[in-house]
Amino acid sequence: MRSVRAFFRQPVAATAFAVAAAIILASVFANVVAPHDPLAQDLRSANALPGAEHWLGADTLGRDICSRLLYGGRITLTGALIAVAVFVALGVPAGLLAGYRRGLFDLVASRVVEVMFAIPVMIIVMVVVSVFSSGVTASMLTIGILGSGSLFRVVRGQTMAAAQELYVKAARSEGLRARSILRRHILPNIWGPVIVQTTLFSAGAILTESGLAFLGFSVQPPAPSWGSMIGEASRYISAHPWQLIPPGVLIGVIVMCLGLIGDGVRDAVSRTDTVRRPGRRAGSRRRGQAGRPAAPAVPAAPAALSRPGAASPDAASRTPASTGAGADPQPDAILSVRGLTVAFGRADSQTVVVQDVSFDVGPGESVGVVGESGSGKTVVARSVIGLLGRGGRVISGQVFFDGQELTALPPAALAKIRGRDIALIPQEPTTTLDPAFTIGKQIAEVVRRHDRRPRAEVRARVIELLSLVGLAEPETLVGRYPHELSGGMAQRVGIALALAGRPRLLIADEPTTALDVTVQQQILDLLRDLQDRLGMAILVVTHDWGVLADLTERAGVMYAGQVVESAPIEDLYHRPLSPYTRALIAANPHNATKGEPLPSIPGQVLAPADWPIGCHFAPRCALATPECSAGPVELRPAEPGHSVRCLHSASAVV
Amino acid sequence: MIRLLARWLVNSIMLLLVVSGLTFVLVSLAPGDAARTILGQRGTQEQYLALREQLGLDQPLPVRYWDWLRGVLRGDMGESMFSHDPVSRLVADRIGVTIWLVVGALLVIAVVGVALGMASARLKGAIGRCLDALSMVGVSIPNFWFGLVLVTLLSVKLRLFPVTGYVYPAESVSGWLRSLALPVVTLAIGGIAVIAKQARDAISTQLDQEYVLALRGQGISERSIVYRHVLKNAAVPLTTVLGLMLIGLFSGTVLVESIFALPGLGGLVVGATTQHDIPVVEGVALVFALMVVTTNLVVDLLYHVVNPRIRTP
Ligand code: SF4
Repeated sequence: MRSVRAFFRQPVAATAFAVAAAIILASVFANVVAPHDPLAQDLRSANALPGAEHWLGADTLGRDICSRLLYGGRITLTGALIAVAVFVALGVPAGLLAGYRRGLFDLVASRVVEVMFAIPVMIIVMVVVSVFSSGVTASMLTIGILGSGSLFRVVRGQTMAAAQELYVKAARSEGLRARSILRRHILPNIWGPVIVQTTLFSAGAILTESGLAFLGFSVQPPAPSWGSMIGEASRYISAHPWQLIPPGVLIGVIVMCLGLIGDGVRDAVSRTDTVRRPGRRAGSRRRGQAGRPAAPAVPAAPAALSRPGAASPDAASRTPASTGAGADPQPDAILSVRGLTVAFGRADSQTVVVQDVSFDVGPGESVGVVGESGSGKTVVARSVIGLLGRGGRVISGQVFFDGQELTALPPAALAKIRGRDIALIPQEPTTTLDPAFTIGKQIAEVVRRHDRRPRAEVRARVIELLSLVGLAEPETLVGRYPHELSGGMAQRVGIALALAGRPRLLIADEPTTALDVTVQQQILDLLRDLQDRLGMAILVVTHDWGVLADLTERAGVMYAGQVVESAPIEDLYHRPLSPYTRALIAANPHNATKGEPLPSIPGQVLAPADWPIGCHFAPRCALATPECSAGPVELRPAEPGHSVRCLHSASAVV
Repeated sequence: MIRLLARWLVNSIMLLLVVSGLTFVLVSLAPGDAARTILGQRGTQEQYLALREQLGLDQPLPVRYWDWLRGVLRGDMGESMFSHDPVSRLVADRIGVTIWLVVGALLVIAVVGVALGMASARLKGAIGRCLDALSMVGVSIPNFWFGLVLVTLLSVKLRLFPVTGYVYPAESVSGWLRSLALPVVTLAIGGIAVIAKQARDAISTQLDQEYVLALRGQGISERSIVYRHVLKNAAVPLTTVLGLMLIGLFSGTVLVESIFALPGLGGLVVGATTQHDIPVVEGVALVFALMVVTTNLVVDLLYHVVNPRIRTP
């Protein structure tokens, strides 16, 4: 079976299995393997340390510790086996029945299990032992019964999930008998979790049995069990501490092996599970694939979203030379990005996801970056404020804010700039607020972070910010938690948080995507209004032409990590030069509903590792010619203030 | 809040009835009864029957249970079959030790476990893997054995702690702390490992949440993000785990008090079990159930505090 193979392919789990199996087999065949009689006393070797005669030494009566361990394993393991048998015999059928039939049985059983979880097992075991006197059977039966609740829960959950799956519904309506549904559809889904639970439980049972034996509630001496050997050794710890070691370590080893086997089964099952049911595959979102060669570095090509101010023919003509990677920032821009190149993954197998992006944002200006998901636009936005997250880093290029280069700053200095100078409005308003704190506390923390003031003033400022973003009744709002807000309100709070530090640049990453259509327009109006009143610059990242048209003056179009075109919004929309921009707009006709994702362009967005050397769009481009794929295509100015990355842009203008 | 208390009350009464009822049924299933045990082999049949009547053992089970329950509600849990001390006094004398032991272990588990989990969540790589391996060892070794190893090393060899015994805080606070130190660590060891792993997972999950990115974007310091925001959110799942773990800790006192000869309830029940002193075992079982019920309430309330989402419907 596939999962069995997957299990043994994991070295740790396979080793653990081998060790556990060896210990169990050695105990079962103790009469063959054991070097000595476990009860034979030999006073000459009393308290012997490990040696040739007694591999693990001998106890106070001169009995061979190794042999006693092997025979003792029989007691401990039999005890555990009893508990496990009861555990499975109760937990699996009850769980199946409750999960499949639901109804009254499920209700009652679930309540019983809830109570069982609250019972201190050891105490009930004490009651049982006190009544039925010592011996392993009664106590281990009790442990099995009391433990079975956890298996019940797992089996019930899995059965319910499986029963809800479409194919079971279909099977039921086709009139298949319950038994065959169970066998064909439900059992294959539960055996993995059952094995996991059972190995973990057996580890616990071994520990409990040892504890009971240690207290003397197991076999009668002189017969050995692992726990009672620890008990005997504990009487001589000052004189002969060694005798404590072998039984304790042995118990620890087998318990650990069982735990590792459980983990191994869990991993093996979840791995093969994803193969069996592709619809459920977790984490199938494409990221840069490690191990592939990095995308080819493109020679420094200028990618300027040149500003209207630079629209003189003279300025436009010098753009290619002066705004290439490493070029000086525009002196009056508040944000200048130059040749930004970002990669993910380890240095030896990194994947470039953003290539040589350059643009400027002037004070109070709003600039957009538009593209499909996977184009790298969000990465650009995040790298500006140094929030790339795990494994991402800027490998070349600069980000100038107010003349200061940010990519070289230490994290602490960068953190000082965030919120105070540049603030971020994230995508998903409801998940970007901390669920554990009230709105008031969250905003107050940001306010205090940026200017220390007395408590009353902080509170006043919080109220002021909430009214600034158009929220009614700010006084009651401060006591609310994020989950009590609607999406639109949450986004307003998100904007208030961004404004708390009085930033000069606001980065809005898909600020309306997650919202209802009616609310989207309100948020856009709010952002425009705030910009008018507060005069900050805005960088908007979006896939939505409507947002772009509403908020920005200029925008760059990104495809596969590169800026393919940049121009004033009017030009971009009405006279696009790049075939990609045209396709993007064609896919979003004039009266397209705002907020709907763009209909896709034929062909697939390539994963970063698969980007071609030539034009990234070539595989999907209707105008592509062999030259397009021959080498990197550069971004060049086509008209004043309008640049394009395309060899055939002239023919694109129809 | 009312709903929470009502639910707790129903669950608690159920648990108490189940534990005491179960105990009663088990006892009635026993071969031979208390009268036989007390008399031993020597008693005549007349003596036996007389004692049976005196102990009320001739009544049917539900009647006996009802009598016992009424007694418990009056604070009378019967008396030990051997020392004839009232069970309520035996329990009252010892409950403090057990509570201190469990509370101490819980504190150690919460503080050390979360600290380790935090370290392993933030320091990926070699240190994280080392901590994972340690936690694997921590859950695997039998805690009573670990306690004995601690005694051997720290008490017998280095003489840092008393080997066994309990010092009441009224006698000497430092002595009390020293006498509790090793038992608390012994009881806590498995829990630390479990919580470290759970905390690691909870903290890693929280660190990947969008709100962390947003907080960074607002310029909140890393310290506040991790120790204020992430920790408070991670506390929600951890409270549940700690609550379940507490029940295990009560079980654990049975072994730990025996190793360190602490005069607590766990030690009491082991002694009574060895002697088949059934009234004491029954009484202690009930008291343990009561302690579980009380801690459940505390945990529920705590969960209420850390998780605002359940506070409003
Ligand atoms: S360079 Fe060639 S492939 Fe690329 S967009 Fe222009 S025409 Fe299409």
